[in-house]
Parts: sequence; C-alpha cells; structure tokens
Amino acid sequence: MKRLLKGGRLVDPANSRDGMFDVLIDGDRIAKIGRDLPVHDGMTVVDIPSGYIVCPGLIDMHVHLREPGQEHKETVATGTAAAVAGGFTAVACMPNTSPVNDNAGVTEYMLKKAAEANLARVYPIGAVSRGQKGEQLADIAELRAAGCVAITDDGRPVATALLMRRALEYASMFDMPVIEHCEDQTLKGDGVAHEGFQASSLGLRGIPSEAEAIMALRDISLSSLTGGAVHIAHMSARQTLAAVRFGKAQGARVTCEVTPHHFVLTDETLAAPIPYDTNAKMNPPLRETADRDAMIEGLSDGSIDVIATDHAPHAADEKQVEFDNAPFGITGLETAVPLCFDRLVHKGIVSLPRLVELLSVNPATILRVPGGSLGEGAPADVTILAPDLAVTVVAARMKSKSKNTPFDGWDLRGGVAATIVGGRVVYVNQSAHLVI
Amino acid sequence: MKKDLLGIADLTPDDIYRVLETADAMREVGQRPIKKVPTLRGKTVVNLFYEPSTRTRTSFEIAEKRLSADTLNVAVAASSVLKGETLVDTAMNIEAMSPDMIVLRHACSGACHLLSRICKSRIINAGDGMHEHPTQALLDAFTIKEHKKDIAGLKIAIVGDLLHSRVLRSNALLLTKLGAELWVCGPPTLVPPGIECLGVHVTTSVDEAVRDADVIMMLRIQQERMQGAFFPSLREYFNVFGMTTERVKLAKPDVIIMHPGPMNRGVEIASDVADGPYSVILEQVANGVAVRMAVLYLLAGGVEDEAAA
Repeated sequence: MKRLLKGGRLVDPANSRDGMFDVLIDGDRIAKIGRDLPVHDGMTVVDIPSGYIVCPGLIDMHVHLREPGQEHKETVATGTAAAVAGGFTAVACMPNTSPVNDNAGVTEYMLKKAAEANLARVYPIGAVSRGQKGEQLADIAELRAAGCVAITDDGRPVATALLMRRALEYASMFDMPVIEHCEDQTLKGDGVAHEGFQASSLGLRGIPSEAEAIMALRDISLSSLTGGAVHIAHMSARQTLAAVRFGKAQGARVTCEVTPHHFVLTDETLAAPIPYDTNAKMNPPLRETADRDAMIEGLSDGSIDVIATDHAPHAADEKQVEFDNAPFGITGLETAVPLCFDRLVHKGIVSLPRLVELLSVNPATILRVPGGSLGEGAPADVTILAPDLAVTVVAARMKSKSKNTPFDGWDLRGGVAATIVGGRVVYVNQSAHLVI
Repeated sequence: MKKDLLGIADLTPDDIYRVLETADAMREVGQRPIKKVPTLRGKTVVNLFYEPSTRTRTSFEIAEKRLSADTLNVAVAASSVLKGETLVDTAMNIEAMSPDMIVLRHACSGACHLLSRICKSRIINAGDGMHEHPTQALLDAFTIKEHKKDIAGLKIAIVGDLLHSRVLRSNALLLTKLGAELWVCGPPTLVPPGIECLGVHVTTSVDEAVRDADVIMMLRIQQERMQGAFFPSLREYFNVFGMTTERVKLAKPDVIIMHPGPMNRGVEIASDVADGPYSVILEQVANGVAVRMAVLYLLAGGVEDEAAA
C-alpha cells in the first residue's frame, strides 16, 4: 500500500532537508522524497495542513514500561499506546522491571509484548549488573543477542568505579553505550528533593546537585580511560552540564539527555501550586532556576544531545501518600512534544531541525538503532507535528495507565497530529485537522 | 484564619496576634476551680499521633477537655501502620465518623497538607516531620511576650540542631514576621541550606549568637534523627554548643532561656541553666495549654470568617 504525505514541511536534518517536500511511503519503507510528487492510482493521499511538520519518528530513549512485574502501573501495551499518542515511534525501555532485565528471557518477553501491542517499536535496555545489584556484570552478550541496545543500572548508578570500568570495556566490544543514572548514593542519602532553600523551608531532606555531578565526572573519566561510550541519563544540575562540556572538550565519548520536566520546572513546584505535590517528586529532583536555565542553555548551544522523558508511571494510590513515602517519577510520553514546542521552539530557544535532532536523530545515533532519518529506503517511521495546535493537558484522558503528571491542566501550544510506525498509522490526534 | 492550621507560613501578623490575645483570655480558664468552659461542647476532636509525644499530645488533650470537646486519641504507630494502611485511608476512615477537627502529628513533612486536601475536618498541625510545629511557635511567642511585651526588635538566639527542627522553622517564620532580630546557631552540618533566605542571621559561634540576646532558645539534639555523623560526639557538642552559665552571662541580664523539650541535659543545655533563674521552660509548657485552647477555639468555635474558609 502506498501513502503520499503531500504538502507538509519536511524537517529531516539527517538528510539536510527542511522544506516543502512530499513523502511517499510504500509498505513499511520510505519510497521517495521530493517536491510535488505525482499522485498515482491506488495511492492514499494525505494532505498535510499548512504549518504542519513531517519529521522522522520521535524516539524516547528513556522510558519505564514496568512490564514484567509492575503491570498495575503500566504495561508494554499501555506504555506504547502512550508513546505513539505522544508522537514517539520508538521507545527504549529501562531494565528495572521485576524481574530485572538482566537475561535474554526478560528481553524476549518484553519484545513479545511489544510485538503483540504492535504500536511503537520497543528497544529494551539491559542491566549492567546481575539483578542491578552492582556486583557482577550481567550476561551482556546474551542481552545484546536478544535485542538489547544499551546497558544501564538505571534507578541506581553503577555501584563502583571498577564495575563501571568493566562495563564500559566489555560493552565496547558490541558498540553499546552504557547509560548512567548519575548519583552518588552516599551524598544522596535518604534525600527526597533538591538540596536548597525550598527543601529546607519545607523540611524535606535534600539531594545536592553534586551527587549527580560527581558521578558524571567519574564516568567521563572512565570513558576516557576505556574508550567506551557513556550516556548521562536525565541530567538535572548545572554542575553536571559543566562536567559533560568538559568531557566533550577532552574528546571523551560522552553524550547526555535532559527531560522536559528539568527544562520546564524548578523546585518551587514543591511548594506551589500544590504544597508537597508528590508529582513534583522525581529522581533526579527538580532543581533551582539556575539549573533549569542551564538546561535550556545546553539545549540551545548543542551541549545536550537528547531530550528523553524518563516516563515513570506510578499508580494514583502509590503517589497519594506522604511526600517522603511517595515513589520518584512522573509520566512523560504524552506531554513531551507540547512542552518542547511551548517552552523551546516557540520561545526561539531551539529551531525545528534542532528539535528533531534532540528527539529523533541523536537518540537513534546513540543507541545505533534505525530511525532518525527519512531517507529513501528508511523505515517509514514518521511523526506529523502541529506546532500551533492548542493543547490542554488532561491527565485523565492519557493513554498511559498512570496519570502521575505535574502538568495536568496546563495549556500549551504545539502537539502531535499523527504517528506512523512502519508505514502504519498508529495514532491520529482527533483535535488536529488531519485526514489520514 | 484559614480552615486549617498547617503552619506559621499561612498566618499573617494579625492572625498571630489574635491567637495570642485569645490565649490570654483562655489562660484564665485554667486558673478556675472548675477548669472547663462549654465552648466546644458537641465538637469532636481526634488527636491523630503517628509519633510518640507526651507533652504536645497531653497539652492538646487538656486544652480540648477544658473547652468541653469530645476528644479521643489515636496513636497510630502501634496499629494501622503495621497493618499497611495508608495515612489517607486512616484519615478517610476517621472522616467517615464526622469529627470536627483532627490534630495530626506525623514524622513526614507535609503530612498535614495531604490531609488538608482530602479532609473536611479542620486540620491542626501538631508537628510534621522537619517542617513546622506552629502551636509550639505560638506558645513560644506567647511566653516571650509575657516577659518582653513587644517581640519586635528583640534579639533572639536559637541554638542547636537547626536542620531537623520543625520548631526552628515555625519560630523563624513567626519571629521574623513579628520583627525580631533572629540569630540561629549550630554546627555547619546541622544548618539547613538556604536558611538565611528566611531573613535570619546564621552563625556557628554561640557567643556571637547569645551576646546581648533578650531570648535564648535551645533546640533538642534529636538523636533519633541522627543517622549521619553530624558531629563527633555529644561531649564535643556540649563543649562547643552547649548552653552553660558562662555563655548565658554574655546575654542581656534579663535574658530568658527557652527549650521546647524534651531536654537532653548535659548535651544542649547544662542542668544549672535549665533549672536556673532565667529558665522559662515550664512556663512554656503551661502556656501551651492556653495557646492550644485559643487555636481550637478560633478554628472551631470562634471562627469569624467561616464563609471564607
């Protein structure tokens, strides 16, 4: 079956295209890109409304799908439904499931569930260490063969410098990055919020920014030592960004990501509008204005490689508890694009091609997965964006099984019109003016 | 005043003065042969305590009984928590029995805010984690005012474990709202980051803090919260930060010494200071009943702006 996306602005930085190009999809592949492509019989023609953007499918390289083990929070099916509703054609899912994804059996289970759901592509990320215990390397070759695209002990850092060194060395033989949740556990202690005036005034135990930066510096040094690629997950502190810039300047193989909540919110969200809102509790914590502004600067100047959501669904009753006792994390898949448009693109901080790099090209490059490009012959993973669509975030209407978002009720400008995975239209936004 | 008393942060200076004036009237009730007025007759007050407390719970209970409220104590530490019931579920069950007020003591900061959002009952914060202990700050202000008349312009030193102290946070908010010059002092490991943003002077020198002070308030070293090594030993702590007669001499001759209790004698305060002529520690306890009667009265009985709540 052939589908012609006609009349949209194609933003495809991997192929240096930004302009009015038609996109012809044949089956699950991109067949042709060109200006004013001819319409033939049997083609489904999709007229892309003026102002809409056609771009390579977005890839979220940091999500928690919770299956197996915590299906009350999310399943692969509900998580990938949330992904495609958020414009993501692929997600990389973290190994801190129950059991941990430290062996081929768990990886294969995730991939089987993803095939059954048949929505977004799912790229499992394996554990660095067996059981994420930080003691012994997991069977990384086996994980790789089963389909894992990277390794991480996300949720906690790789416990020791020695284990991180071994992980970087060992994973380099498969050209897999090691993704690090940077956090010195001793400095973090039992902290629940960014260490600063807000936490002090609310009587919450603090997590200093340096808990993150110290670990990032360790890992960047170990990357230099081993030549292995390290990717710093969900960066939150300006000190960590400085560490990444330092590493990049030294030629270390370091990349990094930031979440929408860390470039939109600050620790003032702890106090207002809802005091002690557990949807403002995430790890790493929301930091100060200077950190939030540093993240925006890093997005603007190119020091930050990726925007990832750290989509962390939790059931309502798990979050409706004392702040200290609430789990860390918020959902992110269905709010990322509106937040990126509203806070980055429309404010002139990043251009559209740069946004596509952050959300598609660079995650594909770092994880060495297909996508990030709409070249002829590439998989037909396409996201259609509506930059001026008025979006009101309604948590209750989200596809994710969990509704733990601090953005409920927010009015934002810019959203997703449709999502196409392997040539199949898997999501159409009913409030966008798109007949597909 | 608002529906609930969650913290000093929500009170205006006028609110604070109204509580203190009402407390002055309430104190007289405790001096009668029959220490009871019918003000809260027919009102149900639940004292929901998730942390062990002798002084605060007793003080609230006496205050409630003197106002003729029907009062009951729920000490949750030993019951529902062990069965895995959440705070919200426990509160909703209590709510189902239509109490008028819930006095909550909880180890987690913000626990009262959580209940405030889900409960129709009025919530009184009797201490939430490291956050606030508003009735303690109100009774401290009442005690200071008795001795010093006007709080504005006084030099007040608070010395001890600032980091873990809800008494510090409530007092810092209250005393700065009323115009005191507040000095806080403790080892750097026990100073909350950014505390100077509350408009207080921070020092590690006890001498600097207490010099010419009108009021010295000692904070308890909360050994139960000490999971980290915040200072080398209790002995060293006393040597550097303990309140001794010599240090008290640096303060004004009419200084008063306060402590929210329970005291660690020989740790943060020398026994001769605790029992000495400047000590108003037991007055604080006595005033606590009157201040809590005032809070209960204003929230439940004497609410003037019910419609606004």
